[in-house]
Order: sequence, then structure tokens, then C-alpha cells
Amino acid sequence: MTTITRVSTAKKRPNITAHVFLVALIIYFLLPLWWLFVASTKDPQGLFTGTGGALWFDKNFNLLANIQELITYKGGIYFRWLGNSALYSLLGGVGATILAVLAGYGFAKFPFKGRDFSFAILLGSVMVPLTALVIPTFMLMSQLHLTNTIWAVILPSLLSPFGVYLMRVYAADAVPDELLDAARVDGSGELRTFLTVALPLMRPAVVTVLLLSVVGTWNNYFLPLAVLSDQNLYPVTVGLGGWQALAASNNGGGTSLYTLIVVGSLISIIPLVIAFLSLQKYWQGGLSLGALK
Amino acid sequence: MTNPAAVLRAPSRRRNLRRPWIGWLFIAPFGVIFLVFLVAPLVYAFYLSLFSKGLATGTIFSGAGNYVKAFTDPEFLSGIWFVIRFAVILIPIQMAVSLAAALVLDALTTRLSRFARLAIFVPYAIPAVVGTLMWGFLYSPTFGPLTDLFKVVNQSAPEILSSGNIFGGLLNIVVWQWAGYYMIIIYAALRGIDPSIYEAARIDGAGPRQIAFRIKVPMISSAMALILVFALIGTLQFFTEPQVLRPISNGSITSSFTPNIYAFDLAFRFSQFNYASTISFSLGIVVFIAVYIFLFASRKRRGGLS
Repeated sequence: MTTITRVSTAKKRPNITAHVFLVALIIYFLLPLWWLFVASTKDPQGLFTGTGGALWFDKNFNLLANIQELITYKGGIYFRWLGNSALYSLLGGVGATILAVLAGYGFAKFPFKGRDFSFAILLGSVMVPLTALVIPTFMLMSQLHLTNTIWAVILPSLLSPFGVYLMRVYAADAVPDELLDAARVDGSGELRTFLTVALPLMRPAVVTVLLLSVVGTWNNYFLPLAVLSDQNLYPVTVGLGGWQALAASNNGGGTSLYTLIVVGSLISIIPLVIAFLSLQKYWQGGLSLGALK
Repeated sequence: MTNPAAVLRAPSRRRNLRRPWIGWLFIAPFGVIFLVFLVAPLVYAFYLSLFSKGLATGTIFSGAGNYVKAFTDPEFLSGIWFVIRFAVILIPIQMAVSLAAALVLDALTTRLSRFARLAIFVPYAIPAVVGTLMWGFLYSPTFGPLTDLFKVVNQSAPEILSSGNIFGGLLNIVVWQWAGYYMIIIYAALRGIDPSIYEAARIDGAGPRQIAFRIKVPMISSAMALILVFALIGTLQFFTEPQVLRPISNGSITSSFTPNIYAFDLAFRFSQFNYASTISFSLGIVVFIAVYIFLFASRKRRGGLS
């Protein structure tokens, strides 16, 4: 019924200003990506003094050669970084989601003593700036000799108070108490009730929290920068940031490093962009979970 | 929790109350991580901040000494001042862009609007490091289009990374990175409004503009409040973007540019871990206070959050 009224008003007045506004937004938000793609096809010379300017292709199309160089540069360390990013964000993201789902369900469906108090603490912790924890976490980990291991990145990534909050809000509405009771009356244990009755109902929120925590870990920079010093353990964000600093510090000598940074940046954004485009119908509704309450 | 089947629920309530540990069992795995990676670092940072380390004196207990030092340290204060100024200017711009985009997208159902929704959101899926690298190249007089662009009007391109322009340069990067995420939250909240309200307003003679500003915006105020809190927390702990731009900024991004950069440099460049902990902890306190002031103010104005 909404669509009918919407379409009819749109037909009455084809809104030109609105569409011009949208086109301007599209250009603004896609411009850096267009630049990145174009720049990835240039050789080092073309990147500086290309024939077509910064926003158009050079006469030489060098994309494949650039990728080739990326594969061989320092024994393919870039792809090692990419693999590390995938490992950290999968383990960290999946782990954080599992913890958040369990805790959110526990908060939503079990009226135990101390629940309101612990949930209030959880809500308060959403306001704690997580980056302020990075340096203390580093020092704590170095006491335990955990710095410079993959666990130094993965374990702190499991912390997602906001994920717990989202799961609680969602589970409270989406999982009816009667259904849980019916399962219990039928003799189902608590864990089985959770896995077979509650979990399927919570799926949209699970996908959202998973996406948010995978993206959070994949994009993280401060934590791995602080806790890792072995280049072989870097995620792609820290690796690219390091190349950038290197390229800037020896201006002339770093010329060819710039093409690696550009093509490396392009490749590094492909997995998540694809994930978002293909999971559209989940996150578009899910991201607003917290806002609707 | 309005529930018609309250009768059915009653027995299980009693049963669960008799076995309170089941609820705790579900929460325990998260609870452990919460204690180890949130509570413990906070406590440890606070503990470390009570000591100071000197070459001659070794590590000595200094009580609130580090905090007195921090809150009179011009470098820390200038960092705090920078992130507060940045938040005050950034957040209204970001809200305006994401609200305007969401309102337009909500009113249209064309192919262009569906494409625009994705295009605006895409930067959220891109790491802040990569987003900053791209804009860094675009700002650069050698790599970017600015030199060519300004040549057309016979002007030399502005140095966006110079100390006078870096504020705007960073502003643009953050708006670009986050506006889409906020837009999606607002957009979804708009979609959640019962459309019969618009119908009623139209019958009363309200135009599309009035519907947008008198009905839609007030009805999504809790989504807006959530975004504001996110943006505030995110901005005060500003780190990645200035840190990545730093090597190419020719010194306009200093080692105390933001509190987090200052803490990072104190820890990893100068090995002043006690003072770095103090800075981290103080930043946490500042964020906490800022968020609470905001929540308090918005509660007063709107008579209750959510």
C-alpha cells in the first residue's frame, strides 16, 4: 500500500532536484574508488605523470604487471598479510558473534539474579573507547608473553559489548517465551532448546553481528599496530600503512612502492565489498536493530 | 514485553529462577572475555598510571601525580582540544549529509536511488587505512587531480595536508567513510515508520517537506541519538586517519595531534608506559564524561532516551 502512494506521488512530480542530489552523492562517494581502480592500471611513471590525468587511464595498461609485482615482491608478503587479515577477522568475528549470541540470549531469556545490574554495566561499557584499551592490553599481553602472536590480535577482537546488546534486544522480541517453554515441556535441555528453537529465530541478528564484527576486525589498525612487530603477522591494514610510511620517507627510491600500495589497496577492499553487496538483504534491516529500540 | 500468554510463561519463570545458574552459563563465555580484555586492561592501566619511572629514581609510586601532569600537559590538552573541536564541527556535517541522503532515498524508489544507497554505503566496507591512503593520494599535488583542476583556472592547487588545511582534509575523509553507515541506520528507522501517518498528514494538507521535517525527523530521533553517541565516541578516539596521513603530512600532524596518537608515541617511541597509561585512562574518562553530558542533555530535551 505504501508503494502505491509513493509511486503515484513520484509520477506526479518527477523530482529532478532529488535526483541531481543523488548523482552528486554517488560521484562523491565513488570518486576515490574510481581513482583507485584507474591508478592500479598505471606503471610507476604513469602514476606521477600520466597522459590522462589523475582520474583517467594512462596510455599503458599495467594492471596485470602490477599484480604480478605484488605477488613476487618480498616473497609475496602482501598475500600473507591478506591471509592474516582473513584469519584474524574470521576467528575474531565468528568468535565474537558466538559469545554475543550466547550472552544476548542469556540476558533476554533468563531472569536471573543480578541480570539488570550486569546488563547496566555492559551498557556502560559500550561507552568505553576501545582504543583507549589498546595500550593497556598491549602491556598486559607483554606480561603474559602473548604480544607478537596471532592471539594478541584475535583474543581482544572477541570483545563486542555492542553485539551483546543487539542480540539481547533482538532475542527479547524474536524468540517467544511460549515456544521455549513448549520445548522445555517436551523435555528438551536448555542447550538443545537454544540451538534448535532460539538460534534459527535469531538468524538475521546473527548475520548482522557477524558482519559488524568481521568488518571491525578486518579494518582494525590500532590494535595490530601496537601488539605486532613481526611483519609476517601483520594484517593488510598495518602492512599497507607501513609501506606508505616507507614510501614517504625515501621519496625518490619509494616510487615503485606507490604502485604496490595502490594495487594492494584495490585488492584488499574486494572481499568485503563483495560480502556487503551479496549480503545486502541481511544488513540493510539488521544494522538498524539498535536504533529501533 | 507485552505477552498475551503470561499464564503459560509463569511456570518457566519459576523454574528458571530456581536454576539461576543457567542464565549465567550462557553469559559466562562473554563474561570471561569482558573481564580479561576490558576490565583487566582498565584496572591495569589505572594501576600503572599511579607510578612513574625516572632514570635516577626507578619506578616510584606517584599517586595522582601523573594525572596532574596530564591535565596540565599542553600536548595532551591540545590533543583533547583538537578532537573536541573536530567532533563539534564533524558531527553536524555528518548528520546533515546522512539525514539528507536517507530522507531522499526514503522518498524515492527508482533504480538510481537503489544504486545510490549502495554507493553511499560502500566506504563503510573499506578499511579506514585504505580510505585514508586513497584520499591522501587524491590530496597530493603530484598524484591527485587537484593540480590539473586548478590549472584550468590558472591557480596553484591548495596543499590540503598543510597544517592550515589538514583539519578540513581529515573532516572530508571521516565524512566519506562513515556517512553511509549512519545513512543506513537512519534509512532503516525511516522505513520502520507506519506509512498511514503520512497519509493522515497529507489529508491534513501537509506537503512533502512538512512531512519530512515535522513527522519523519522527530520520529527517528532515537536513531539520531544513537548515531550521535557513536560519532562522538569514535571522534574522540581519533587515531587511524591522522596516523596514516602522518608520514606524508610534512610535520603538520605532530606526535600529540590527538590523545591516542600521543599515547601511542609515548608508549612505543619513548617507552613511557606509565604516562601512556595515564593518557589512555584520561582519554577514557573524557569520553565517558562527554557521552554522559550528551545523554543527560538529550534526555532533558526530549524527555527520555528510547
